[in-house]
Amino acid sequence: MSTMTFGRAINAGLRRAMDDDPKVILMGEDIGKLGGVFRITDGLQKDFGAHRVLDSPLAEAAIMGTAVGMAYRGYRPVVEIQFDGFIYPAFDQIVCQVAKLHYRTQGAVKMPITIRVPFGGGIGSPEHHSESPEAYFTHTSGLRVVSVSNPQDAYTMIQQAIASDDPVLYFEPKRRYHVKGEVDEGAIPASSDMGTARVVARGTDVTLVTYGPLVPTARDAAIAASDDGISIEVIDLRSLAPIDFATVEASVRKTGRLVITHEAAQSGGLGAEIAASITERCFDYLEHAPVRVTGFDIPYPYSKLEFHHLPDLDRILDGVDRVLRRQNSLSGLEGQGAAQ
Amino acid sequence: MSGTVLPGPLHEAADELVQLVDHHGVRHPHDHYDDLVADVDGAALQKLYEDMVVVRRIDAEATALQRQGELALWPPLLGQEAAQIGSGRALRSDDFVFSSYRENAVAYCRGVDLADILRVWRGNASSGWDPYSINMATPQVIIGAQTLHATGYAMGIINDGADSAAVTYFGDGATSQGDVNEAMVFAASYQAPVIFFCQNNHWAISEPVGVQAHVPIARRAPGFGIPSVRVDGNDVLACLAVTREALARARSGGGPTFIEAVTYRMGPHTTADDPTRYRDANELEDWSARDPLARLATLLDSLGLLDATYSDAVRAKADAVAAELREGCLSMPEPAPSDVFRHVYSEPNSWLDRQQDHYERYLASFAQTSQEGSR
Repeated sequence: MSTMTFGRAINAGLRRAMDDDPKVILMGEDIGKLGGVFRITDGLQKDFGAHRVLDSPLAEAAIMGTAVGMAYRGYRPVVEIQFDGFIYPAFDQIVCQVAKLHYRTQGAVKMPITIRVPFGGGIGSPEHHSESPEAYFTHTSGLRVVSVSNPQDAYTMIQQAIASDDPVLYFEPKRRYHVKGEVDEGAIPASSDMGTARVVARGTDVTLVTYGPLVPTARDAAIAASDDGISIEVIDLRSLAPIDFATVEASVRKTGRLVITHEAAQSGGLGAEIAASITERCFDYLEHAPVRVTGFDIPYPYSKLEFHHLPDLDRILDGVDRVLRRQNSLSGLEGQGAAQ
Repeated sequence: MSGTVLPGPLHEAADELVQLVDHHGVRHPHDHYDDLVADVDGAALQKLYEDMVVVRRIDAEATALQRQGELALWPPLLGQEAAQIGSGRALRSDDFVFSSYRENAVAYCRGVDLADILRVWRGNASSGWDPYSINMATPQVIIGAQTLHATGYAMGIINDGADSAAVTYFGDGATSQGDVNEAMVFAASYQAPVIFFCQNNHWAISEPVGVQAHVPIARRAPGFGIPSVRVDGNDVLACLAVTREALARARSGGGPTFIEAVTYRMGPHTTADDPTRYRDANELEDWSARDPLARLATLLDSLGLLDATYSDAVRAKADAVAAELREGCLSMPEPAPSDVFRHVYSEPNSWLDRQQDHYERYLASFAQTSQEGSR
């Protein structure tokens, strides 16, 4: 075990994957000498060479499209998208090519591409640097989508994503890059699967589902709620497509109440998918309609307002109060649709 | 990889139209390109002609199959035989092709099973063949997207230290796409062994090439640092020559080449298209006079290589290929309902496995109902 930051854990995971498999190559903007704008690839070009850590020309569609060609040739490209809001030029190649080539070729061509995306807000950046575009990709069949919330998962899951023969979008919560944690750099246990959700805190009254940057916030909310005698079970989804609904379902059958929180906008988002799926699977166990605590349906706001947009501990607890029918911000509106 | 850029007129001559056989079937000597086709003797010319006759026959048969309701759609290559055969026959088996959906003659050169060409258009599969079986990706429908795949593949060739090349086919319309322009940036930056083979067939569905470009398309590439050449796309010998040159450059570490093959789409965009709505009949007449097959037939005749025995053999070959194509189309196995879920992922996926399970139960419920009804 060693202590390292979130960002360093991804770096260590990349290094390990490159050591293990000469077909693993990194592609992206500024990832060579600079080590990426977040320094996630720091030192890798120096140690593995410019033919394995490629400073790409500044064109996301082409980075993704040439990664497809590299994958055709038998490589395992790991593409860094510099910021969440810069992924859209590559959207066509991801959705029409990366996601569909295995299906299109009836399994003949594999696309073992990992797409690393620093995502989410909370760092005071201008527009296009704080977005949460994960639902665009969870809606696209052929892709796997994961998000990591702590250094150990970051280290383990980057290697699992690279080892996967299916394309994986790997969403990194950039505001947590400097968080430190214990990382076991030993072999990845076979029982560890990036497709499974992880119960972060056990509880009996409310199931609180989240992923990525809000996992620490949700854990803090659970601690705060325990002061009021409320027992929250916090689930870190880790995999966003597919979602490990079995773990969420088992929890909701126990608690009867579900709160989902994410930074991304609400409408058509992952919270809607989770609420619908869990309602379908265990409607009879629910004591209250599922509640979503999310970013608003707005373009990501300028930084002085971003903490109004981002769910925080208090907004999450307000949602918890709602599913428990305790006094909350929408009290008095029951039966009018607003509080459901 | 090491090596130097081959000497050639390309940088300076983006507007010259390279032609070795004119539309009257007359062979003209060329200072630079004659050497590149010095090995093409009478028998080789006859083979190129046979190829073009056969692929035109494939095209006609597929069009007929569409008219008879056996194919949903077909994109004819009529008029572009020389561009595709000339370039396709220049390739080695370890080169890799990334094409659009009209390069059926290139697929023929790669040795595709004939019925596999039709699988997409019959609706029996999303693609026709295993790309690795003939080193040719299956048809790309997103215009220009394949140029990036070819460039990435060529970057992989560099990493592997191999001397093969990637060749990407696209049309004049595709040159307006960002992907094609970005592919040229990447190809130049990495000096990737990739050949951009643009068939300028003058029409992107209903839009004439003038909508896409105000200068000869070949002039764009030098701006990216890529040597380019304009070739008479209806001259199979010239297409062979310029492609060979580009391949030699790629194999020797000289990087990418852009080829503009100036040709003409004599048919519709697809069988669903109606060119009479947007194109002058005189234009078609003009280009019919430059037909790629007719000019080679005239040349062969002038060389005494078009006797009845040879002509009959070519016709018999084309008929046999057409019959094989038709038979392969009609005997194609139907996909099973559960195939709709196959190959979305290469690993198990809980979401999809659940949907498949539910759908199979749903389908099975009908079988049960009909069993009960028959009691």
